[in-house]
Amino acid sequence: MNEPLIQLRGVQFSYSPEAPVLDGVDLSLRPWERIGLIGPIGCGKTTLLHLVVGLLAPTAGTVWAFGKTRTGESDFREVRLRAGLVFQYADDQLFCPTVIEDVAFGPLNLGKTADEARSIAHETLQLVGMGGFEERITYRLSGGQKRLVSLATVLAMHPDVLLLDEPTSALDAESKTRVGDILRRLNLAMIIVSHEHDFVRDLTTRIVNMNGGRLIEES
Amino acid sequence: MIIFEATNGSLIHRIDPRVRVAAACAFAAVVCLSHRLVALEIALAAALGLVVLGRLSIVSILGRIKALNLFILVIVLLLPLFIPGEPAIRISGLTWTREGLHRAGLIALRANIIMLAMICLLATMEPAHLGFALRKLGVPEKLTHVLLFMIRYVELFHQEYHRLRDALRLRAFRPACNRHTFRTFGYIVGLLLVRSMDRAQRVLDAMKCRGFHGRLYVLAPFRFTPADAAFALLAAGLVILLSWIQLR
Ligand SMILES: Nc1ncnc2c1ncn2[C@@H]1O[C@H](COP(=O)(O)OP(=O)(O)OP(=O)(O)O)[C@@H](O)[C@H]1O
Ligand SMILES: [Mg+2]
Repeated sequence: MNEPLIQLRGVQFSYSPEAPVLDGVDLSLRPWERIGLIGPIGCGKTTLLHLVVGLLAPTAGTVWAFGKTRTGESDFREVRLRAGLVFQYADDQLFCPTVIEDVAFGPLNLGKTADEARSIAHETLQLVGMGGFEERITYRLSGGQKRLVSLATVLAMHPDVLLLDEPTSALDAESKTRVGDILRRLNLAMIIVSHEHDFVRDLTTRIVNMNGGRLIEES
Repeated sequence: MIIFEATNGSLIHRIDPRVRVAAACAFAAVVCLSHRLVALEIALAAALGLVVLGRLSIVSILGRIKALNLFILVIVLLLPLFIPGEPAIRISGLTWTREGLHRAGLIALRANIIMLAMICLLATMEPAHLGFALRKLGVPEKLTHVLLFMIRYVELFHQEYHRLRDALRLRAFRPACNRHTFRTFGYIVGLLLVRSMDRAQRVLDAMKCRGFHGRLYVLAPFRFTPADAAFALLAAGLVILLSWIQLR
């Protein structure tokens, strides 16, 4: 029963042949595990998360997720429904005119009716402390508000795994604590990328360090 | 930049988008085919009525109408030169005919009536609702997506442009007629294209991550209310009246 949810095996990746970004990465995410992924800027953390959900394809190695090896676009479609990725830049995540539409977008794609989607969206916004922002225009929110809404857009899909790319950037101390509490309470498996070492250490069950295109387990 | 001015809660804004799209199309078609002044006068009155019902700002309407009429002006100036008939105005060898002026006037009137109706009926709904209404009325899904994404990306281009322009201003850039300016403008145009492409790619990624599979949904289900029925009846009546005047 402790089979991993997601497993990367010897994954290599480069945007251009001269500069490899990932050079043989192995990583397993088991149920209930919360992994903190830290490393210097530009070392490939975002790239790794994008590989997990198939937005990028590895040049070597395999991505194994939810019971099988995933290769093509149709394989990854299922992965994306179960592994919710919160982008590093909230601006990329939000594309609907209003907050409520954006949060309801995922549930609607999952086949929920408009009423169900709407009530899920309300609950999720309440959960992240953005209740009352339903009718606001997404691109006119502040940076921190966009972060919380983009977290809500992913949580609204009730994923089995959360992939968070710097979830606390642009947040104040209070919202940070709030996000930490939400994540702890959710009790999902997750990978959290962050430069805030205290935040990740506090929240995660183990920490891996990325450097030179490889992962090193921190004891 | 605002193409669509969503709700201000007026009567028009609350009419079912499907009814509005259908009414706008029928109205435009019948106005296009009308030659009689009476019919066009009635149509104009109806369009102005829509403006009042929609509680639209006169300033924004004038702004939109202005762009159209610059184009119309060219037609009004040129068309009467080429249509044979009784001379009306003569300036140094050029003759504008009475028939030509009449024809050009009709075109100008029709264009403005249709534009007014479109502003009131279509520009007052959410783009997503327009897409949904079009689909319900039988327009292929691919076409409605192209329309919706176009609306979305005009906005995006505009935002990127403003961001770049602000970045230039912050570093005290003043356009002038020199190499530095031309090179900078070159960079801006290039960057604008590249950044918008990239941005579009990332938005698509975000949509895929949330289970997008080629279908857009709208949150507010449309309900056909008695008010919609009344509006549809009124619109149908008007269209029939205008056709009858024309065919009489
Ligand atoms: N679209 C791209 N094309 C080419 N190179 C890229 C692209 N995106 C990222 N890179 C390069 O790949 C490397 C890894 O980028 P990535 O975004 O994964 O870093 P990161 O660890 O998430 O950094 P940060 O902590 O700053 O977010 C960087 O050196 C970057 O310059
Ligand atoms: Mg990153």
